[in-house]
Amino acid sequence: MPWTRRHLLTLEELSLHEIDQIHATAAAFKKILGRSVKKVPALRGKTIVNLFLEPSTRTRMAFDMAAKRLSADVISLDGSSSSTTKGETLRDTAQNIEALQADMIVIRHSAAGSPLYLSKILGIPVINAGDGSHEHPTQGLLDTFTMREHLGSLKGRKVVILGDILFSRVARSNIHALTKFGANVTIVGPSTLVPRTFEALGVTVSHDLKSALSDADVVMLLRIQHERQTAGMFPSLGEYTGLFGLNKTRASWLNPKAIIMHPGPINRGVEIDSELADGNNSVILEQVTNGIAVRMAVLYLCSGGQPESVVSA
Amino acid sequence: MPSLWISNARVIDPASKRDAVGDLFISNGKIVASLSSAEKKKAKKIDAKGLVACPGLVDIHVHFREPGQMHKETIETGSRAAAAGGFTSVVCMPNTAPVADTAGTIQQIKDAIARTACIKVYQTGCITVGMKGQALAPIGSLKRAGVIAITDDGDCVQSNDLMRRACEYAKMFDLPLMDHCQDHSMTVGAVMNEGVVSTRLGLKGWPNAAEDIIVSRNVILATYTGAHIHMQHISSKASVELLRRAKARGVSVTAEATPHHIALTDEACGTYDTHFKMNPPLRTEEDRIAIIEGLRDGTLDILATDHAPHTDYEKDKEFDYAPNGILGLETALAVSLEILVRKNKFKLATVVDLFTRKPAQLLKLEAGTLADGAPADVCLFDPNEKWVYDAKAGFSKSSNSPWHGQELRGRVKTTIVDGKVVFNNGKISA
Repeated sequence: MPWTRRHLLTLEELSLHEIDQIHATAAAFKKILGRSVKKVPALRGKTIVNLFLEPSTRTRMAFDMAAKRLSADVISLDGSSSSTTKGETLRDTAQNIEALQADMIVIRHSAAGSPLYLSKILGIPVINAGDGSHEHPTQGLLDTFTMREHLGSLKGRKVVILGDILFSRVARSNIHALTKFGANVTIVGPSTLVPRTFEALGVTVSHDLKSALSDADVVMLLRIQHERQTAGMFPSLGEYTGLFGLNKTRASWLNPKAIIMHPGPINRGVEIDSELADGNNSVILEQVTNGIAVRMAVLYLCSGGQPESVVSA
Repeated sequence: MPSLWISNARVIDPASKRDAVGDLFISNGKIVASLSSAEKKKAKKIDAKGLVACPGLVDIHVHFREPGQMHKETIETGSRAAAAGGFTSVVCMPNTAPVADTAGTIQQIKDAIARTACIKVYQTGCITVGMKGQALAPIGSLKRAGVIAITDDGDCVQSNDLMRRACEYAKMFDLPLMDHCQDHSMTVGAVMNEGVVSTRLGLKGWPNAAEDIIVSRNVILATYTGAHIHMQHISSKASVELLRRAKARGVSVTAEATPHHIALTDEACGTYDTHFKMNPPLRTEEDRIAIIEGLRDGTLDILATDHAPHTDYEKDKEFDYAPNGILGLETALAVSLEILVRKNKFKLATVVDLFTRKPAQLLKLEAGTLADGAPADVCLFDPNEKWVYDAKAGFSKSSNSPWHGQELRGRVKTTIVDGKVVFNNGKISA
């Protein structure tokens, strides 16, 4: 079945087959990343604009690098350098980018739904690089890609997502992808950050770390943001760490072959101890590398490429 | 002005318990029992066969944006939209720019009404200075200037003590307080109902509890002070239940529901369409049903539109940044007939009552009846006509309606104010 999507907006709307296609394409691109010349001409002559209206380090760099590995020209704009600071609307900014003959726009925005909004306005592909607390589809794709590299099939695997679920776009994208793969997903953390409404997305909600982690195949940690504490979502970072921080004792509850994941940036000593973040079970830096391959796949497919032609790309 | 003879209509006037096919006579701007033979010969005859003739509809909750935001709506355009929707009396909220917290601003608005309105437009004043919730507005002066109620609508007085004093003070002038029930501390940054849908969409939720807490507060203050507090646009099941219990105890509280809260749920926000962004937000199916049941048993007294115009470019934004509110006047009757009469088996006369006698009574307006001698404010509508609503071709200056492009059933044909036809077959004739 050919790839037919022009945009990548959410993982909720992708079929299992489409996620498979992206992963297969990413696997082929990952081999290219291992060569001495890490570049293919797939998007030569195309211009990709990274419109990052919210701060980002690794996602923006990964998109930058992915586009360059595909030989595209890349222009990056952030919130402080775009005319949105002068009051220009998102519509006008995006339409100007299109009028400047960009071929694709990658958007990071603090407002949920903004990539969908742009996809209805623009005639060029829109890639969601994170929209508010809604979705971060390429992160979900790279996370599940990494899990599959280590675990093979995810069907029936126990995946625990631990931390600030309520405000996490990473959690939502992973939940959508993992449930499609048939994984058993448990989300865990303080009740203020892990509300019961998530059960409607097909996951188990828990506030008991021990039972959640027992025999888990994957634990994915999410960054605890200091501002959540000042907003009254939990009493203190110390109390959070005391109850939910991943340390060696708690990691022993996991399946011994379990992998430890984190989308970054890490608060060492808060959501995870350093020895675990840097330990043998950690795949945190592999996630970063896989992020390039997955984003190459997404840029390539949404530009009209097909999974089976990637090797010759 | 010629006398009017409306014939063969199904005349529904809950105030005088009339519901029968017959004639309606108007002379010198008043409803009259009959016309003499000579008067009948001279009268303008309207054959209303197949139509309902009811009192002109009354909406006690509209935003006409004048002064200050006349790019969205003016008293002239708003009153035309109202006439097209069958409304002959509307009550404007005071969150204009400047807000209506002085007698001078009220006079300015009244002057604009006198110059430009094609229906009867009434004005409310603020509860607090600048709608800031910190000090009482000059409520006595506002009353003398002609306001018929006070409200900080669009906002909610957060201080319980200040609200208590407002109740005590307003009672001295026999002025009802109308309240937009929203606890601010629980709704910072909230843009839609808090629940499963907001969880999926990653949007900040506005929990029912934030409404319920203020409804409870107002029930307690109405009990304590004896003032009349009217709860605006109730959206939650628990609020309906709180009001039901309060009314059973005889507390002086009333409440309204909007057509959009009985017709839509938060599922409508699923594609981040800002035409479904409003405050209070669309709630769940359980809440929607509870509101309909509240209207059925009288817990919720009336229907009101919360007509809230915004320009296309203001609504054409990320969901987080778009303003709250939708148009309501031109679609209210059709939407309410669909939901209440056709889908929930309300009697047609009950829906007419919710739009006429009851809101007029609530604010003591001289409206809402076709009784002999009453002002000849009349709405003629076809309850079954299907039509496609084109918000851009409507009479409002804005077009922010979730019903744009949809087929509706039930259409206003003619609106008469004080015996004068102001709207007829799609055209304003005022």
